[in-house]
Amino acid sequence: MSVEQIIFVLTSLLILGSAFMVVTTRKLVQAALWLVSALFGVTILYAMLQANFLAVVQVVVYIGAIAVLFIFAVMLTRKELRDQGSQTRSNWWIAASLGVLVLAGLVSLIIGQPAFNRTAEVIPAGVDTLRNLGTALVSPDAYVLPFEVASVLLLAALVGAVFIASRKGEEK
Amino acid sequence: MSIPLSWYLILAAALFCIGLFGVLSRKNAIAILLGIELMLNGVNINLVAFWRYLDPVRIAGQVFAVIVFAVAAAEVAVGLALIISVYRRSNTVVADEIDLMKW
Repeated sequence: MSVEQIIFVLTSLLILGSAFMVVTTRKLVQAALWLVSALFGVTILYAMLQANFLAVVQVVVYIGAIAVLFIFAVMLTRKELRDQGSQTRSNWWIAASLGVLVLAGLVSLIIGQPAFNRTAEVIPAGVDTLRNLGTALVSPDAYVLPFEVASVLLLAALVGAVFIASRKGEEK
Repeated sequence: MSIPLSWYLILAAALFCIGLFGVLSRKNAIAILLGIELMLNGVNINLVAFWRYLDPVRIAGQVFAVIVFAVAAAEVAVGLALIISVYRRSNTVVADEIDLMKW
């Protein structure tokens, strides 16, 4: 095994172990912290795939914002947290077998496809993927429309979240 | 880059399935959202891996991943706001007990 493969295997063990702890651990604060660990592993994968911008965005948006938001929400609903008692539904084995089935199906699909055994070629010299991404996001013949729609979506989510979580509606 | 593409795809599939298990098996609504985050990350790994292995010059895969980031942020913000609002009114975050709109 080459060095890259060893790093990949270690990173995937980190991701999968953390993800398993996220879905099984009892205490929700710990689950949120394990989520941070899993997201950090995904950041390493982005760096290995030479998607530098996405690696930074993963740290800033996912770990910096979303995970902190989760921890806030867990703290705000603390009374009902019920750390003792079961955190999983009684029919969790149906969920487990469904997950294993989906995984088996996907893996057999991936292994049966010889095109997926390829390794990546080197990015040609003179191609700046970061610059390409930046121009693609704002140029009219590329992706400016999805980009603007995403910004409208974020604004709507911002206003909606403030409205839903505010106390005003309850006083009526 | 001596790693075959299929390694990334299998890792993403495993992450997706762990998230699926979490979504289906947890009682707490916040824990269900945590599972959804894991699933979205599995999808994002797929998108970026396909971008790098199949078409690194054009940038479609990364743009798609950026949009998924934005949608995930919006989804978490609205979802957690809903959960907190429900918690204030009915004092529960257990998904089974939130049956106000059940016919």
